[in-house]
Amino acid sequence: MSGLKREGDPAHRLDALRGTTPPRPHDARAIAALAANPGCARRALMDGAGLDKDAAARHLGFPAPFGQSPFAITRGNAFEALVKADGCAELLRMLRELLRLPVAEVAYHDVENVGENADARSGAHLRHAHTRSLIDRAARGEDDAGTLYDHPLLALTIAGHTAFLEPDVVAFQLGGRFHIVEIKSFAVIDGQAEPSAAAAAARQAAVYVLALRTLLEELGHDPLRVSHDVVLVCPENFANRPVATLVDVRRQLAVLRRQLARMTTLDRLMAGLPEDLTFDLRPGEDGRPTRPVAELADAVRRTTARYAPDCLSTCDLCFFCRDEARQEGASDLLGRQVRDELGGVASVAEALGLADGSRDPAEGQEEIARLLRNAERLRRECLGSV
Amino acid sequence: MSLLTSLARLRALDEGIAQPVATVRHCHLSARPMVFVPLRLSGEAAAPLAAMLGDDRDRPRLLVVPQPRNRDLRFAWAAELAGVLLPYVESFTADTETVERRGGDPYERALDAPQLVVPNTGGVAFTRLLGRSTRFRRADGPYPVPESVPLLGRWLTYFAERAAYPGSSLTLAATEELGRHWASGQSGLEDGNLASLVAWITEGPREEAEDPLVWPPAGPATDPGFDAEVLAPAIDSGSAERVTEALRTQLAPTWRLMWQALDLLAGLEPGASVAQRWEQDRASFSAMAESVAEGGPPQPRRDGAVAAAARLARMERAQAAYEVQRAYDDPLVMAEYRLTGEAFAGEVVETVPDNAEGEGRSRKLRPLVVIKTDDPVLLPPGTALGTPERRAQGGELVEAHEGLVTVKITKGMGRGKTAAPGTVPDVGERVCYTSLTGDFQGSPGLPDAEATPWTHGGPPQQYVPDDEDAQEEWS
Repeated sequence: MSGLKREGDPAHRLDALRGTTPPRPHDARAIAALAANPGCARRALMDGAGLDKDAAARHLGFPAPFGQSPFAITRGNAFEALVKADGCAELLRMLRELLRLPVAEVAYHDVENVGENADARSGAHLRHAHTRSLIDRAARGEDDAGTLYDHPLLALTIAGHTAFLEPDVVAFQLGGRFHIVEIKSFAVIDGQAEPSAAAAAARQAAVYVLALRTLLEELGHDPLRVSHDVVLVCPENFANRPVATLVDVRRQLAVLRRQLARMTTLDRLMAGLPEDLTFDLRPGEDGRPTRPVAELADAVRRTTARYAPDCLSTCDLCFFCRDEARQEGASDLLGRQVRDELGGVASVAEALGLADGSRDPAEGQEEIARLLRNAERLRRECLGSV
Repeated sequence: MSLLTSLARLRALDEGIAQPVATVRHCHLSARPMVFVPLRLSGEAAAPLAAMLGDDRDRPRLLVVPQPRNRDLRFAWAAELAGVLLPYVESFTADTETVERRGGDPYERALDAPQLVVPNTGGVAFTRLLGRSTRFRRADGPYPVPESVPLLGRWLTYFAERAAYPGSSLTLAATEELGRHWASGQSGLEDGNLASLVAWITEGPREEAEDPLVWPPAGPATDPGFDAEVLAPAIDSGSAERVTEALRTQLAPTWRLMWQALDLLAGLEPGASVAQRWEQDRASFSAMAESVAEGGPPQPRRDGAVAAAARLARMERAQAAYEVQRAYDDPLVMAEYRLTGEAFAGEVVETVPDNAEGEGRSRKLRPLVVIKTDDPVLLPPGTALGTPERRAQGGELVEAHEGLVTVKITKGMGRGKTAAPGTVPDVGERVCYTSLTGDFQGSPGLPDAEATPWTHGGPPQQYVPDDEDAQEEWS
């Protein structure tokens, strides 16, 4: 670690990492994914700086393998519109049944359009301030009616820095108790949804619950007034009719809290970086990046990534990091299971060397080396030659 | 996954080509498989878009829903699918054999059974949802569908259920079967890509296997780029022909890969127990065909408590049997158990073929065999053993000491005063013994469905098809 004292506050330093590239706000998906791989310094830094990783990956020549079909988007929007039609009438009916609450009528606040004329960052601040005051008033119980807050802008401290969350979500309040309502367009068929989709929804909802609890706490209210039961609204069976389900996200909340606490703070990560390091894409007038690709790649490689195949479904930079892992011959490529099985032998060459006896085990590697040698002997015996 | 498989993956990554993890084939391959590559409309649970299917690699059938949001066209598509699939399934019901059962009536078993081959586990899941969305429909009433549609739904449901049944070969997912026989140099997640996995096995990793423009996804999801740039404009144009040709470009490459995958599997000799498991598949198929012929109700949305417990017990037993059979059939699978100390192999260095225990009338022949092995033996004395070389034989571990293991043969050496010829291994023979044996606990005694206790919700309601089921929206 460098002993030099650095000038300037960390937020300034993060802005420098992003450079002239326009910032990209976090969504809960990104935070849930970040919490899934807390050891990845590269991702923490880029997300902390609000860098557009998708654009960076594209410019590096490793475009992310994600994309959303226009059919899926249309369907998702249509479903959300259906649920929210007529001041969320349908949603309210479901909430009444699900929470067994005598909701007579509700006020509906859409926070989305607040501050839309301001630039991105101050707009976010405006919307967040507006959300704060709305939630504060509700928590004080100034009006007794149920209230729905659409598109509230929440904030969460990630690795020592504030990230704004743009949830596509509704917060529901009645009598000072809050529920997070998440609208998803994957189907629940005979009471069962696709497990991976349901798990992802629960992880995201946990991020919102945590953010809303943090907000209440800051305002001096009891954070536990935000229920750990989130309301998941999905289409039922093969029709478009919505059905609401309560999902307990206590486990996801615990995981998220632990991971966020464990995450190395960005300040410490930044302290180890060269002063002039930046991930700036240097967008030209047309918004297209002009920075030489090799230079950007070099800058990105200065930060340590922790690649795992799971990244392929969560991180925009996955193909870049996978390529890097391939060049390094890292056993991470084969997945966590293989890595765990190898008990800390990080490189492919090292593991194979231990297996065929051409490499002597280092201290602490005796056991895994014995197992690998045995496995190699058995494979040779069974396959005849090799 | 075991360390042995992990090592194979490391080796594959190092050498740039997939490595075998099996020496024989563990699934049955039909002489006439029905290859089925379905596509779903993105964002929808079970809205079919197209399917390429058939039992002849040179003549695939392409079925397309030209306007996927149109409910009538979906049912028309389902009827077309039934027109291909049902005659195929029914062609196996005619030729049967009579099987005698101990303690039961003899029954008829089909001599051969259908085999549905889909690209991946997503294909199986979509098959199940297609089955679920069609099997409750009715040919009469307010929203009539062609008669074949609900029948198709029941068969698709059946095929999807069999895919989850350990060791069954009635439904195969290509990536799963390939992955059981080869280890690639990539993660299990990436093995879900059929093009990529086949490339690893045949010629080594290829960048373009992940490029949707070269190798479109094997379904059921389509490439979002294709949806945006090709499919959406084609659907909007209203030209069925344009939609069909667009979808053909997405399905044809996978179709070729599917047959290539079957060829790769066919290159392996079948394991010794494959025929036995296929026999069970044929019996299961015949039972399903009979239930359909007798006009039984469609499969329920969810199993009742007793049915669910019985199914779980059946599947657990099948899983245990499948694992034992795979190990007995394949030395490379057995090697996993040798690595963990549950099996050992080596050369016979000494035998006492006429060793006996007890005197007089209770004298029992218990031949002894001493094996020299390099394997770590972690089994305690007294462990019951089986051996792949002599499957009828049973043994018991007497002692294991410094690479020498003494085994007492307790079963399968004949009834004479001396062991029958060939039942005791000769000195110098290579043998393998394992604590893995085919003896399982019997199935638990379960009450009849009508006697389901209140703790489990009481007797389940009999399924009575109602109009609501038949009218369920499919939008």
